[in-house]
Amino acid sequence: MVSIRKDFPILSRQVRGKPLVYLDNAATSQKPRAVIQALSEYYEQHNANVHRAVHTLGQEVTERYEEARQKVADFIGAPAEGIIFTRGTTEAINLVSYTWAEANISPGDEILTTPMEHHSNLLPWQRVAQARGASLKFIPMSPQGTLSLSALDTLLTERTKLVALTHMSNVLGAITPVKEIARRAHEKGALVLVDGAQSVPHIPVDVKDLDCDFLAFSGHKMLAPTGIGVLYVRPQVLETMEPFQLGGEMAREVWLDRATWNDLPIRFEAGTPNIAGAIALGVAVDYLRNLGMERVREHEIQLTGYALVRFQELPNTEVFGPWDTQQRGGIISFCHTGVHSHDLGTFLDHEGVAIRVGHHCAMPLMELLKVSATGRASFYIYNIKAEVDLLVETLQKAIRYFTPGPRRVARPTNS
Amino acid sequence: MNPGQDISQNLFEELDDLYQDLILDHYRRPRNQQQVADPDICAEGHNPFCGDRVALQIKLEDGRVTQVGLQSHGCSITQASASKMTELLKDKTLEETVILSKLFTAMMQGKKLTEEELERLGEMKAFSAVCKYPIRIKCAVLPWNTLEDGVKHYRSGQKHR
Ligand SMILES: Cc1ncc(COP(=O)(O)O)c(C=O)c1O
Repeated sequence: MVSIRKDFPILSRQVRGKPLVYLDNAATSQKPRAVIQALSEYYEQHNANVHRAVHTLGQEVTERYEEARQKVADFIGAPAEGIIFTRGTTEAINLVSYTWAEANISPGDEILTTPMEHHSNLLPWQRVAQARGASLKFIPMSPQGTLSLSALDTLLTERTKLVALTHMSNVLGAITPVKEIARRAHEKGALVLVDGAQSVPHIPVDVKDLDCDFLAFSGHKMLAPTGIGVLYVRPQVLETMEPFQLGGEMAREVWLDRATWNDLPIRFEAGTPNIAGAIALGVAVDYLRNLGMERVREHEIQLTGYALVRFQELPNTEVFGPWDTQQRGGIISFCHTGVHSHDLGTFLDHEGVAIRVGHHCAMPLMELLKVSATGRASFYIYNIKAEVDLLVETLQKAIRYFTPGPRRVARPTNS
Repeated sequence: MNPGQDISQNLFEELDDLYQDLILDHYRRPRNQQQVADPDICAEGHNPFCGDRVALQIKLEDGRVTQVGLQSHGCSITQASASKMTELLKDKTLEETVILSKLFTAMMQGKKLTEEELERLGEMKAFSAVCKYPIRIKCAVLPWNTLEDGVKHYRSGQKHR
């Protein structure tokens, strides 16, 4: 994977005079030249609105936009009519909460989720539960991110209408047994929504295999631009859903007092969509397929395994999440007992190393881990072992820097 | 790129500018950590982004601060700012504490202070480089915002007496 680094222009920039070591991929990934070029090519060569024009540009754009939809569909093993372009994971989950959930969750019903969700897969369900008089239940989990499947025996009931869970925790890296949970949820007649924001970019995902009803993910975490994401909905479910936003494109016939809706999935894409973003997402998907998702996964298993071993060299440092690399993605959250993550993050930045510090939009999980913040390093296809080495060595220096003792060379005072 | 390159000593210089000795010293040995009994002013502040927490108690006599108690946890910048603040507040009138707070906040916002204003901030000047780290400014001002909340609350209580 070393050779692909040259495809990513940003990887040759410097930060504070040091080569950039980008380890914040769970927040957003960097973009290969092909994706960046797709954006400028779109605006330089094709720019027009979709689905509306008889002119050449409009037709070209519509073709490319729908081609991108097909690529995304193939990437996750879905039919194209089940792919709705959204702004990202957050909008995708909210779409389900305002449409399907409003129509299908009744007072007394239950929504089942986990304590390690990103806020974007928690807050929409808090709202629905409150608005519909339903209750929100949580699958118990260990601090390492293992869900208690035995608890499903009692938690899944006839009243469970939806199980909404992450496929990979953005803090722990833990991969959840979505397939097993989906099977058991379906036995009780519940639908299953999967937050694939962290899984789709990093592990092979097939919606037929998972057998989920909804899958949400973000383009910007998988080499594509910001502002484009995907909601997959099982077509049989999508057919029953009322539109989300109303306006241009999503209607077929409109009278002063009523309207009929367009075909799927356009019905759920009101207004002018992020055309350039969708096309660039198609290019990002090409790039990933070209590499092969099995290889992407294998690369990250290697790198994560290496990092987990090297992290053990760090004094007084707790590493969260599963130890088995088969059960985790390339995300390592950690905490030092004496040095606050924020200080570690600032120190690393001075060495060009970009990691995330904070609660990672998963405050209930922070509570469960009994920390207020963690540092988080997360890997992607272009990261290499030498970067893991630099991360660990710089963390060692940082810990020494902030720990009492003869840590700093004396230097003249400013005055 | 060469991520394995060696990091030489003087590369910490820019960092040392942020993490002045005074800051690291107050971080490691925060002052006035005892709880003040029967305080006149009591306030708590929280920065959920990084989980910093500050609790403050102040005892007044003849309108001046006589005792300050602090319990804090969080990053070095929050802790040191809180600790240094407790030292600075001693013997000040409430009026003066609020002026100090405004000056410190202005410094954090990168505003240019006069010589005289800087003088008033005394050793708090050591935090001046924090303004170059937008995400850390919240950490530095948390204790001061907490102080201002406490003072405001105290004054509104006074009015109602
Ligand atoms: C697990 C998970 N879910 C949801 C999101 C939200 O994604 P977005 O901000 O792209 O909508 C993220 C990204 O931060 C995430 O990691």
